[in-house]
Amino acid sequence: MNLQSELARRLNEKPILLMTHLVLGYPSFAVNREVIRQMADNGVDCIELQIPFSEPMADGPVILKANQDALARGVRVRDCLEFAAEMVAAHPGVNFLFMTYYNIVFRHGEQAFLEHAADIGIRGTIIPDLPPEEGADFHHRSHQMGLAPIMFFTPTSTDARMREVAGRGQGFIYVVARRGVTGAPTEMDAGLAAYLERCRRATHLPLAVGFGISRPEDVAMLTGRADMAVIGTATIRLVDEQGAAAVGPFIAGLLAA
Amino acid sequence: MKKGYFGRWGGAFIPEVLHQTFVELRHAYEDARRDPAFWQEYVQLMGNYSCRPTPLTRADNLSRHFGGARIFIKREDLNHTGAHKANNVMGQGLLVKRMGKKRVIAETGAGQHGVATATMAARFGFDCTIYMGEEDVARQRPNVFWMEKLGATVVPVRDGARTLKDAINEAFRDWVTSMDDTHYVFGTVCGPHPFPEMVAWFQSIIGQEARRQILEQHGRLPARVFACVGGGSNAMGIFQGFLDDAGVELVGVEAGGKGLDTGEHAARMVGGDASPGVAQGYKTMFLQDGDGQMRDTHSIAAGLDYVGVSPILADLGDRGRVRFEAATDREVLEALSLTMRSEGIIPALESAHAFVQAFKEAPQMDADQALIINMSGRGDKDIFTIAHAFDDPSWKEFIISRGREYGG
Repeated sequence: MNLQSELARRLNEKPILLMTHLVLGYPSFAVNREVIRQMADNGVDCIELQIPFSEPMADGPVILKANQDALARGVRVRDCLEFAAEMVAAHPGVNFLFMTYYNIVFRHGEQAFLEHAADIGIRGTIIPDLPPEEGADFHHRSHQMGLAPIMFFTPTSTDARMREVAGRGQGFIYVVARRGVTGAPTEMDAGLAAYLERCRRATHLPLAVGFGISRPEDVAMLTGRADMAVIGTATIRLVDEQGAAAVGPFIAGLLAA
Repeated sequence: MKKGYFGRWGGAFIPEVLHQTFVELRHAYEDARRDPAFWQEYVQLMGNYSCRPTPLTRADNLSRHFGGARIFIKREDLNHTGAHKANNVMGQGLLVKRMGKKRVIAETGAGQHGVATATMAARFGFDCTIYMGEEDVARQRPNVFWMEKLGATVVPVRDGARTLKDAINEAFRDWVTSMDDTHYVFGTVCGPHPFPEMVAWFQSIIGQEARRQILEQHGRLPARVFACVGGGSNAMGIFQGFLDDAGVELVGVEAGGKGLDTGEHAARMVGGDASPGVAQGYKTMFLQDGDGQMRDTHSIAAGLDYVGVSPILADLGDRGRVRFEAATDREVLEALSLTMRSEGIIPALESAHAFVQAFKEAPQMDADQALIINMSGRGDKDIFTIAHAFDDPSWKEFIISRGREYGG
């Protein structure tokens, strides 16, 4: 079943899905393993595995630091691929996606990277610095291998641009909730609701809303307006402050409001 | 070829949130480029506010010293703010006025581009924020002083290697939030389309002048033109005056640092340490590891200390139109000393890289041949850096005594 159908199936059973995120190798693969277990046990639907890159231009300070710390610890791309294979095998109930910047894919070779990802059971890729104009080959290859190249809607996207971008996407659309980088809070207001309606009109793909989503109230506000809430920086901050064991209760609490 | 590509290099690898901003920037740039009045206004501004046309100085003492080609020096150091950076910045300033934006941001390495941008912002009445790696803030304190005095906010960047590339990332992070009223004044012929092409256009004024001047003074075209290459904007500026003249050899000189075999350098087009990559919004040769992580670079000249190189120059290198060489830190200091003593001219450490290679080649050239060195900036205002590089004892004494005075 492709990712879009898989998410549709899950949406028959619950009002909103959850996608979480972590930076591979930060603070260590051992902690990643425990965090993923807690996420999976608490019913997370998708997990973004971010392969660290030295120049993460779309990320805010928390994820930026996590990228740098992982690299300073000597994390290599092949370690990330091996660890991802282990996680996909261990948690069949979760859809895993690779998130990274294009240079990581480019250096590895598009074809080799995508083949490897498909082989180990990854469902899609999120590459914030690969717009449709530059990603034609990558997107074509992804489609051939059954991987969903995730496209972005942003508050600056015109309606025409949203339709154009959605035409290239599969799986779901990553809806960037506001301007800026990851990590800062997002106002859950009428402006956001109107923007989400505009996104909904532009595509039949499920909408996953990220950037600044960290509290049960945020998830409650998105319920009915979007299909999946994306929790990024919040869990990294939580693990930094309280350790991996805090992740399970946090995830469970997000859906409680 | 796809728009924004130069051979296999270039492109616009930008986050979706900037898509519309780049659409608008491309339109503004293309409109300006089609409008002869825009270029006219630009040339007038540079003549009245800066020092254009900058002279092409005949360096007879150096020519005699080497006994080969006649050496000419294009004096970008005489631009307002002391370097070629002003050309690009004032041009983009005019564009910002056209776009109706009120705030500019910029990255800076050595501080030249930051000072130039702060100057332009003061002149045009824009708010201005400059991102500068923390390590560069420490090395280039005098430039930070001037940026702040000119009314800019200087933000030290504490991420990554704390140098130019990190300042670029941070400027992009500002821009993805502030694009509605803010323009990012990219400092060199790198980054996503249309920046390489647009910055090259503003810098082409150097080559236009140099071509006219060498014909006036020498009666024919130069045999070779030398320019240092960090991002590559001064090189692109002067090279564009001679690109169509097959007889003029164009030589780009990169930072050889402590030597190409030491790993401590910033040479992307020579030495074999760089490889194709995509970062900071464009595809070019980067100094990176096998995974695609950017490596630390080194140069005595902060302005050349950068992981990538202009996609336009990478393509000209592929096609054999530009030959690339490298100069080491040690060679740079020697060339700088010689130029000061024999011509009374003080090149910036960046520019001195071009002098090194010209000095190597001049003796093998004929006396009726001319060569041009693009002196991208002046060194005297970098007195702290240059005195430090020379390890000058009396200067150190001065700093220590001044330190005591301030320390009470």
